Amino acid sequence: MTYQDQIEDALQGHGADYCEVRIEESDSTRLTYRGKQLEDIAQTSGRGGSVRAVVNGGWGFASFNALDDLKSKVAEAVEQARLVGGEGTQLAEVEPVVDVVPPVIVNDAAAMPLDEKVRLMDHYNDLVWSVDGIQSSDIIYGDNRRKVAFGNSDGTYVDQEFNHVISRISAQARDGGDVQQAGFSLGSLGDYSLVTDLDEKVIDAAKRAVGLLSAEALTGGERTVILDPVLAGVFVHEAFGHLSEADNVSENDKLRDLMYMGRKFGGKHLNFTDGAAIPGLRGSYKYDDEGTPAVRTPLVRDGELVGRLHSRETAAMLGEQPTGNARAISFNFPPIVRMTNTIIEPGEATLDDLLEGVDEGVYVANWYGGMTQHEMFTFSSGEAYMIRNGKIEEPVRPVMLTGNLFNTLENLDAVGNDLDMNQGGGCGKGGQMPLPVSNGSPHIRIRKCLISGA
Amino acid sequence: MTDDLLAKAKQRYGDAEIYRVSSESHPVSFENNRLKEVMRRDQAGVALRVISDGKIGFSSTTDPQREDELIDRVGTLSSFGSEAKFEFPEQAAIPQVETYDPAIEAITNEQLIEKGRRLMAAVLDAWPEALCDIRFGRSTAEETVQNSAGVERATRSSSYYAAIGVQLIRGTDMLNVWASHSSHAVFGQETEDRVLGEVLTALDNSKEIADAPKGDVPVLFTPQGVVATLLDPLLSGFSGTNFVTGASPIIGREGEKAVDSRITVADNPLADGASGSRPMDDEGVPCRRVGLIENGVIGEPVFDLQTAGQAGRSSTGSAQRGLASTPRPGVSVVDISPGDAPYARMLADMDDGLIVEGLLGAGQGNELGGDFRANVSLGYRVKNGEIVGRVKDTMISGNVYTVLDNVEEVGDSADWVYGSVRTPALRCRGVEVASGGEGS
Repeated sequence: MTYQDQIEDALQGHGADYCEVRIEESDSTRLTYRGKQLEDIAQTSGRGGSVRAVVNGGWGFASFNALDDLKSKVAEAVEQARLVGGEGTQLAEVEPVVDVVPPVIVNDAAAMPLDEKVRLMDHYNDLVWSVDGIQSSDIIYGDNRRKVAFGNSDGTYVDQEFNHVISRISAQARDGGDVQQAGFSLGSLGDYSLVTDLDEKVIDAAKRAVGLLSAEALTGGERTVILDPVLAGVFVHEAFGHLSEADNVSENDKLRDLMYMGRKFGGKHLNFTDGAAIPGLRGSYKYDDEGTPAVRTPLVRDGELVGRLHSRETAAMLGEQPTGNARAISFNFPPIVRMTNTIIEPGEATLDDLLEGVDEGVYVANWYGGMTQHEMFTFSSGEAYMIRNGKIEEPVRPVMLTGNLFNTLENLDAVGNDLDMNQGGGCGKGGQMPLPVSNGSPHIRIRKCLISGA
Repeated sequence: MTDDLLAKAKQRYGDAEIYRVSSESHPVSFENNRLKEVMRRDQAGVALRVISDGKIGFSSTTDPQREDELIDRVGTLSSFGSEAKFEFPEQAAIPQVETYDPAIEAITNEQLIEKGRRLMAAVLDAWPEALCDIRFGRSTAEETVQNSAGVERATRSSSYYAAIGVQLIRGTDMLNVWASHSSHAVFGQETEDRVLGEVLTALDNSKEIADAPKGDVPVLFTPQGVVATLLDPLLSGFSGTNFVTGASPIIGREGEKAVDSRITVADNPLADGASGSRPMDDEGVPCRRVGLIENGVIGEPVFDLQTAGQAGRSSTGSAQRGLASTPRPGVSVVDISPGDAPYARMLADMDDGLIVEGLLGAGQGNELGGDFRANVSLGYRVKNGEIVGRVKDTMISGNVYTVLDNVEEVGDSADWVYGSVRTPALRCRGVEVASGGEGS
């Protein structure tokens, strides 16, 4: 029996208001370097499935590796949903579709011979070590192919394949108890050429790590900061993107009152967008994990809130259109509302325009990470440089930036014209991490941004 | 009974090890004041590790039909693999520690729903405008380690947990507080009420908003605050992995007094009932207490077999693993010894200072040298020995070794945090506090 037949058979007479079944197969290769040698090389394969059901607004979910008795899994998920119950199921209408999506992969990383991957990463590791003063290296390469068969009780059946490559290359330098590191992260939809030709970037990262040992640490406080496109991408993801996920507001009246359509967040130069329909990026796909077609969703236009990201349930609760943002990191988890590719749309200004008039500030680039708790966010730069009299000058130790949405977007006073994407990140929410996403922006400037001491 | 996969791998490569895990978990979750979801998650899989021509080969699968593929694959991978600095251990006597509570089997979803409703009602009774998330869960797991040198062990474990999160929104001010507990053993209403009490106390302490203190002020880390701020940057230095790559700041400092002599930090997998306690590690090596810091003196790092071999030491029984990768050394149950200061005194003695309970964004920076920095997501201003309100837009930064060398007081009771760390409150100097607002 094909997966389609198995799923359709399992859904017969399910007894819930709505029910869905997914079956997944995956293959991954991962290389880890710590120090001079390849520390770990592993290949893993997986298979499993899950069932999700809703009865009267209450959800039941069952996930498993054994696919031999799908019908009983459906029964179990439905029974759990019944136990939860509630005040009625709300799900936005989505036109049922049957579609087998052909994978689009250029330079298929998963198909590259293992010895080529090892040769390339050995080479990068050697490059890190070729720089004087390096204490250790930390390199990860991973590729992953995931085939997902999805069917639901509305008659949708979608077969999709997801391919991803990620790499993080980081160098460490040490002086007594002082350990500094510098690196970068990359990702693509399975395109191996992304990780080739990185020699210059690798050597630059290693030199930066050594340079940080003698760099000054800033004291904490409010400063004018200019963010490079990569870090500005992380900023829009953390500072705005998470609050535009409708599951935060669909059952939270007070937050909804703050995030009403038309609310002003800042000047007319603010235009934010999210969408899996933007092609070729790490958060791109044709259908989300509820079988809803992906779209491109304007979130902010001319400084005003105009949209948010939805699952079928949150769209129905708020009376808005579904946007195809329900995503599950794997069959082990139910889909929840997530970002895909999140962008600050470019404006007119050049980087020089942004620098002009900044007597003293900090130019921050590259990222370590970021986190959000509703309106409050933090994110960390991988690099930082002083700005004096409109010029980027000496490196200082990387800083953490923090703020709250409502003030910070008011203080975001200039948007550059040089959009670039950050494809190396993975997003975490509700224990599901790292979900492939991308984010991007031109250079942006924020006045009075709180940064940490280092 | 020898595992079939192990037998085949042993025949082909000589030195082999299999790690099998199967688990079943049942979370029940309330979101935004209503019961939202009941789940059951089953997971099962196997990992095979071999030493072939002195090199490590590793592969795993969760697809039972593809288990035999592992045999060939580990051979291919081992040709690229790192040099094995260990031999698989022999079967050894293991200590006694409780990891499984049979009472877990009798718990039903209906009971967990009832417990959740009771806690939610208690929160909403005190704070009618709050939004409450509650999660209860029970799970069981069976892990098997078998190797060609004779280790043949199966461990059954159970886990039970309760978590409460509360959100309050007033205008554009949003407050989130949470608390949780987990254990191998099923716990009762008394423990649930302690978790509830932590949340209610935090909400009470947050009624007012206060300015963050400025300058060199004492910082009181509550047990939750110790875990949020100090634990990860400290533990990174005691990881066998960072030790052998040279990225740990404790290298060359073992036996040296590095922090205040009232500070003792141990990894104690033999602590009864903790979430994470276990008699042997994931390579079949017996667990023992590992002293990381003893009375202010740097002790030893935690090792698995490979990192111990690289360092020329013995495994400390600290291997941790999932299915996806080879084992790595890590701590199981962190035990920080209590001191002699009652909490009331630690607070009363503060003329002006900050209490840190929760952070946002910890772990994003460079932790290798022991540095920390984060936004204070839950913290209070103290004036004249009393909490005057919650601080906002405040960041702290510092270095864990500096802070632990500038301890003013060590709390007299060690409390469980998340069921896997036991720590007293600590009042310290040497923390940089930065805040927004009137421009610092």
